[in-house]
Amino acid sequence: MPIMGLTGNYAVAHAVRLARVQVVAAYPITPQTTIVEKISEMVEKGEMNARVIRVESEHSALAAVFGAASGGARAFTATASHGLLYMYEVTWWAAGARVPLVMAVVTRAIGPPWNIHVDHQDIMTLRDTGWIVSMAQENQEVLDLTIQAFRISEDPRVYLPMVVGLDGFILSHTRAPVDVPEQEVVDEFLPPRRQPYVISPETNLVMGNIAPDDIHFLMRYSMSEAMEAAKKVIEEVDREWAKLTGRRYGGLVECYKCEDADYIAITTGSWSGDAKKAADMLREEGYNYGVLRLRFIRPWPTEKIAMAVEGKKGVIVFDRAVSMGATGPIFADVAHTLYGSNISLMGVIAGLAGVDMKARDFAEAMRMFSSRVEEEGRVYEPRFWLLPRRYRGRPERVKEVAKRWS
Amino acid sequence: MYVLEERATKVLLEEPQTLFLAPLSRPALGSVGKTGTWRTMRPVVILDKCTGCKICWLYCPENTIFMRDDGKVRIDYEYCKGCGVCANVCPFDAIEMVPEG
Repeated sequence: MPIMGLTGNYAVAHAVRLARVQVVAAYPITPQTTIVEKISEMVEKGEMNARVIRVESEHSALAAVFGAASGGARAFTATASHGLLYMYEVTWWAAGARVPLVMAVVTRAIGPPWNIHVDHQDIMTLRDTGWIVSMAQENQEVLDLTIQAFRISEDPRVYLPMVVGLDGFILSHTRAPVDVPEQEVVDEFLPPRRQPYVISPETNLVMGNIAPDDIHFLMRYSMSEAMEAAKKVIEEVDREWAKLTGRRYGGLVECYKCEDADYIAITTGSWSGDAKKAADMLREEGYNYGVLRLRFIRPWPTEKIAMAVEGKKGVIVFDRAVSMGATGPIFADVAHTLYGSNISLMGVIAGLAGVDMKARDFAEAMRMFSSRVEEEGRVYEPRFWLLPRRYRGRPERVKEVAKRWS
Repeated sequence: MYVLEERATKVLLEEPQTLFLAPLSRPALGSVGKTGTWRTMRPVVILDKCTGCKICWLYCPENTIFMRDDGKVRIDYEYCKGCGVCANVCPFDAIEMVPEG
């Protein structure tokens, strides 16, 4: 298997080629654009047998691949940030129609003000839609997860669309060595497309026409059941991919030094690497940290999280998004997962708008949390704003800058 | 898969292994039930006045007007929603809107 130096976006493109995707439509948006650029190039060179549909917006991009997928094609699209918001309505249609489909979301902040840098505010809007939502930590995982996404989405126990999240620029535009599997390996792993129904002139089917309210209710219930079933499928797929390639990620979550830890930091996406480094730093200071990286946000890995934090002193959650008027979205789900336990819990909101989070920033929050737990006993702090370093603990600087920006 | 009564066609390529309902239907008469129950006003044909000109048949948005053997019109009350377009367009005032119930 050749090792190639690939950006996260090119890793997605190669995965899409290897998955033998037949229809691609996307509208350019930074930092997603180079995914479809690369795919178009592969199609032009004859390396990929697919139809690339040019569209005038993201709403149309997803509508086009949704239509193609309903018609029986393996289809793919990619977007980011405002593009995802623009296609948001169609995300609900694709999920509700139970059409297997894969999309890459290159995570990026949402304006105003315009900002092309990474945070997770965009991908978190998919939590309620019925899409399976995954997040990669590095480029190899981006490639593997994209191939796996087709298998998970097209599994007859699931039949839900799936999104692969990769962090803007940090992964999307950063080159790293990626082991690109041979076509035969992927063919062995990924069976021909399966889907619950095909809409064609012959089948004469209508999707989405009005239905009785109670039946609509049952459709929502069945999607929720499919999400539960997806948990098992995700674990199976992880094991099977490992058999073929030797790479195993842990399914719904990845645990880093969780077993002997007293404290667990929960993260998702590329910055998990920094969190792991911070955990190692804190271990030297006597705080035994482990990192639980969520590879999937939906389905929510309730059981895995509950198991990983069992008997620990505290859990600190790092959110790169915020639900205004509430907490970070991951924190909210962790809090309900830990309902009834006495474990100390803190939600940290950090790294918004692409503000860099280094290992020392993670370490600072983790150190503060652990020392509070050891001094005060049980801590419950749902929304702690870890401000950018130059404003951290300096309210006068925040006031000063607010004057200039008002 | 959700089958809208017997009229929908089963097109599953592979049987799902979990509870599965998809929002599918085939174009069919009354695929969402008897829409006649939505009616608050009922169009009644005054047969003496009806000439069988088919203007109402042409305008009915729900295709619920049919021709009788004697050339006059008949309304299918199972699906007529009572919109009153037929009564409005009839050049002979041969359709009267009567409150239901």
